[in-house]
Amino acid sequence: MSTLLEVSGVSVTFDGFRAINNLSFQIGEAELRVVIGPNGAGKTTFMDIITGKTRPDEGRVIWGEKSLSLLGLSEAKIAQAGIGRKFQKPTVFEDQTVHENLLMALQNKRGWLRVLFYRTSTDDLQKVEDLAVEIGLHHDLSRKAGELSHGQKQWLEIGMLLAQEPRLLLVDEPAAGMTPQEREHTTDLLLQAARTRAVVVVEHDMEFVRRLNCKVTVLHEGSVLAEGSLDHVTSNQDVIDVYLGR
Amino acid sequence: MDRSFVAKNPSVLVFLAILSLFTLGVTILSEGFGIGVISTSFVKTLGKTLCLCLIAVAMDLVWGFTGILSLGHFAFFGLGGYMIGMWLMYERTRLIVVDSLGQAEIPPTSAEVVDAIGIQIFGVVGSSEFPLIWAFSHSLTLQLILIVLVPGLLALIFGWLAFRSRVTGVYLSILTQAMTLALALYLFQNDSGLRGNNGLSGLQNLPGVTTSQDVVSIWFLWASALALGLGYMLVVWLVSGKFGSVIRGIRDNEARVRFLGYSVEVYKLAVFTLTACIAAIAGALYYPQAGIINPEEMAPIASIYLAVWVAIGGRGRLYGAVIGAAFVSLLSTWFTGGQAPDIPLGFYTIKWVDWWQVLLGVTFVLVTLFAPQGIGGLFDLWTDRRHPDRHGANLGPDDGALREKEAIE
Repeated sequence: MSTLLEVSGVSVTFDGFRAINNLSFQIGEAELRVVIGPNGAGKTTFMDIITGKTRPDEGRVIWGEKSLSLLGLSEAKIAQAGIGRKFQKPTVFEDQTVHENLLMALQNKRGWLRVLFYRTSTDDLQKVEDLAVEIGLHHDLSRKAGELSHGQKQWLEIGMLLAQEPRLLLVDEPAAGMTPQEREHTTDLLLQAARTRAVVVVEHDMEFVRRLNCKVTVLHEGSVLAEGSLDHVTSNQDVIDVYLGR
Repeated sequence: MDRSFVAKNPSVLVFLAILSLFTLGVTILSEGFGIGVISTSFVKTLGKTLCLCLIAVAMDLVWGFTGILSLGHFAFFGLGGYMIGMWLMYERTRLIVVDSLGQAEIPPTSAEVVDAIGIQIFGVVGSSEFPLIWAFSHSLTLQLILIVLVPGLLALIFGWLAFRSRVTGVYLSILTQAMTLALALYLFQNDSGLRGNNGLSGLQNLPGVTTSQDVVSIWFLWASALALGLGYMLVVWLVSGKFGSVIRGIRDNEARVRFLGYSVEVYKLAVFTLTACIAAIAGALYYPQAGIINPEEMAPIASIYLAVWVAIGGRGRLYGAVIGAAFVSLLSTWFTGGQAPDIPLGFYTIKWVDWWQVLLGVTFVLVTLFAPQGIGGLFDLWTDRRHPDRHGANLGPDDGALREKEAIE
């Protein structure tokens, strides 16, 4: 399996605090990975670095088969290169309909003139329709996103991510605040997505992680503490000490 | 989805109908073309109001839809006025100069004519040389192009610097305010080339036109109404499609739009520059009706008024901006024109000329606090936009959350 994203030797310091310390991480195409770690382990900063929000002090972030360095690119360019991100808090555009939200996310040209003269094609409408069915919101296309329940917003955001057709999905705590049924649906969505692309999930909930049933990376104080199956890392003494033993 | 533009935006038709009826009505009632019920000076006030409505539409696009609270759009408005004013003043002075020199026995050379125009225009600031910025003032076509080019370029450069550094929110507002103040202070200088605090005057007289102001005022009313109608349609078209979706996204959550792969800075720059051009066109139509332009017009307070109009009218909806600008500026004319009756309180008499600004300020605060939708929000009482339609589902993430019915009561 070829490597899609390679992060090597990355460090970042905020006002003297080392948030990420010589972190290395790899993920292949069509792989599902869960990142866990205690609060302050650097999970969110790790995502910020990949998506271009935070610039690391040292290290490399290499993307795709052309080995493109992501460090010099803007957030928009990185997103266009094929990295989608879902935030912890559901961030959809509440003042706009589900349809508009999905249409905006749909993989299309992003230049302002192209967007200005954009006309909705039946092809795109079909894609929006299909996505809505997949995330279970096909009856709510014309409703404003602000009217949706918390769980529905999370799905809408996942739907928007899928609409971008990214090759790598970064998902921050997708199951937070969800009911058990909603969690199940979310698990399905993520497993489905991971068949065709790489997915990195940051999650606290061990039950949810177990259900995803994939390789787990444990972060601690800005670097990788352990990596392997969930059973493997939970039996690791270091992991028990810093994280599970508390 | 493939419905026509008008079908998708029924408010455009209503707006255009009201605008046409208004223009027609004023024309019939005017002194120039009709029965003379409305005085020419009031026709000019109405024409100017239409221009203010146009800049309010631009302000709504940049603030209400894109979320950039620009407190500098009156700088672009003023610049547009200066650009058309330069041609008006040059050409009219030239006609007068040619006329008076023509009576001499030896016909004047063209250099003599230019010198004489220079003395006429710049004598007031103790100069007679044409500054470089007047290089194109002899040509109407070139000055018309400059109306959008100069403010557009200024907006482009300023916006590029500001947005590229990711300056947002109140800091950006302060920057735009600083820009308009700097520009006004610069123009106040006599050697700025635009006659310092005297400004440009006599702009109501169109060169070579001998028709009375009664008629000219109606021409400008038509032109202003046309510009407002076209500008309104353009902006409705902009905000109704996917572009509108993206800029509203930028207003509500800039970072999210960025992670969707849209280059937020470019979008902001496009909107900022475009609205600057619309503001400049509004200014170019406004000042010939006002007759005079001076740097005072670009003082920061003017741009703040603009924001107040849009807030009172209801930002985020274009007709709201138009209503706000028309309502507040006409009311302001009424109060400050001495027409509003004073209120004697015995120990003190409220003179509206002094107290109008206090009233406006209080209104602004009250609207912001209690009716954030502004006057335009009244229209929501008709349409069903007040409450989210959740079909009775609960409003929160867990089962204990309020249901829609409970929340509304």
